[in-house]
Amino acid sequence: MSLPKASELPIGAVIPEPGSTRRNKTAGWRTLKPVIHDDRCVRCQLCWLYCPEGTIVEIKGVFKVNGRTYDTKYEINYDYCKGCGICANECPTKAIEMVPEAP
Amino acid sequence: MKVYYKTLRDLPREELFAPGHRMCAGCGAAIAMRWITKTIGPNAVIVNATGCVEVTTTPYPETAWMHPYIHVAFENSAAVASGVEAAIKTLKKKGRWDAGDSKVVVIAGDGGTYDIGLQSLSGMLERRHGVLYILYDNEAYMNTGIQRSGSTPKYAWTTTTPVGTALRGKVQWKKDIMGIVMAHRVPYAATASVAYILDMVNKIKTALDYTEEGPTFLHIFAPCVPGWRYPENKTVEIARLAVETGYFPLYEWDHGKLKLNPPSNNHLDKSKRKPLKEYLKLQGRFAHLTEQEIAEIEKELDAYWEYLGKLTQL
Ligand SMILES: Cc1ncc(C[n+]2csc(CCOP(=O)(O)OP(=O)(O)O)c2C)c(N)n1
Ligand code: SF4
Ligand code: SF4
Ligand code: SF4
Ligand SMILES: [Mg+2]
Repeated sequence: MSLPKASELPIGAVIPEPGSTRRNKTAGWRTLKPVIHDDRCVRCQLCWLYCPEGTIVEIKGVFKVNGRTYDTKYEINYDYCKGCGICANECPTKAIEMVPEAP
Repeated sequence: MKVYYKTLRDLPREELFAPGHRMCAGCGAAIAMRWITKTIGPNAVIVNATGCVEVTTTPYPETAWMHPYIHVAFENSAAVASGVEAAIKTLKKKGRWDAGDSKVVVIAGDGGTYDIGLQSLSGMLERRHGVLYILYDNEAYMNTGIQRSGSTPKYAWTTTTPVGTALRGKVQWKKDIMGIVMAHRVPYAATASVAYILDMVNKIKTALDYTEEGPTFLHIFAPCVPGWRYPENKTVEIARLAVETGYFPLYEWDHGKLKLNPPSNNHLDKSKRKPLKEYLKLQGRFAHLTEQEIAEIEKELDAYWEYLGKLTQL
């Protein structure tokens, strides 16, 4: 990231770029990594609902799982997931496993 | 409350709060911010008091916010929001506001609301500015290192209410902030929890709509991992238990009528509430409590429910 010179800064602490914390990937915060086992996922949306980071992504499409057809699938954006494990704790079918990150 | 979202499928999909912010893993307030921003939509100005949310979301020169956003100080978010609302109104009158129906939303912590920001909040409510004020309650001054606030519950450990031979955690009871807000006769005020998102987002929308009439207020219960001392995957579980045990009832004050919302609407009957212990035992800040102290908290809670029951009769 290159910082502007003092003379180039606007007066006051103005941040002109919305959502710019995206530059700061928080993947490195994780000690445990959530892994979704799609065969156990019943698409209840609860992991997506409660993730504090908004890093559970809903994918639209046609997904055949165990003889059932779903129109969504949930995936994790590992760039920002902090590994809190709320998703795994809330999942009613225990479809999310918290796996230790490689040291 | 008006029901805008019936099921989880109706909820807004677009994310309006960027990741990469520095809120702790598992932060309850982060869940609240994500749903507040999604629900209010893009046409709103956010006024944020100093506190965890402000500090962790705006590490200069970055911001997690995608809304127009202003932070001035700890104690004056309601005063700043009053000014923003008055300015928009005036510009509209002069035909110089082309952004349409822009809303003004305050986001402040419990320290910034119960204590240091109370006078500016009272002024904003009394002058009847069309602002939605959202309090995220983590029951202490978390950002500066877990100091007790007017919202911290009795017997809770904080760094300024330590547990030892002289002190057993906080000495006083939690302040009734909803009572204070309701006494200003605002059109709408409600409690909400990060464990009950559908209830929360419908209340956010309802409160936002009523800003046409005047100030509205939401009290959102938001557990804090390091401050309450629990494992970071338990945030939603603890928030849910707070409601199920009757510790944090869900209710709304709509034009002078108080209504308990599910599941709290069943909890006037004490036998329908889970034992308070189930909520307390998950948190290190209550680890020192004796049976007698738990009984004392339960007694106070029963009295609070009796009071709420009377309010529903109004
Ligand atoms: C006038 C003033 N006094 C003290 C502070 C230091 N301070 C910054 S944030 C904070 C605590 C905020 O507590 P709360 O409102 O509960 O928000 P939280 O951090 O818990 O989310 C304090 C004491 C300040 N910024 N300004
Ligand atoms: S909580 Fe579990 S079952 Fe529900 S959508 Fe997420 S992974 Fe699937
Ligand atoms: S571990 Fe936490 S941050 Fe990561 S996807 Fe699950 S809920 Fe979201
Ligand atoms: S200290 Fe508590 S409120 Fe502050 S970011 Fe961490 S979990 Fe959230
Ligand atoms: Mg606080």
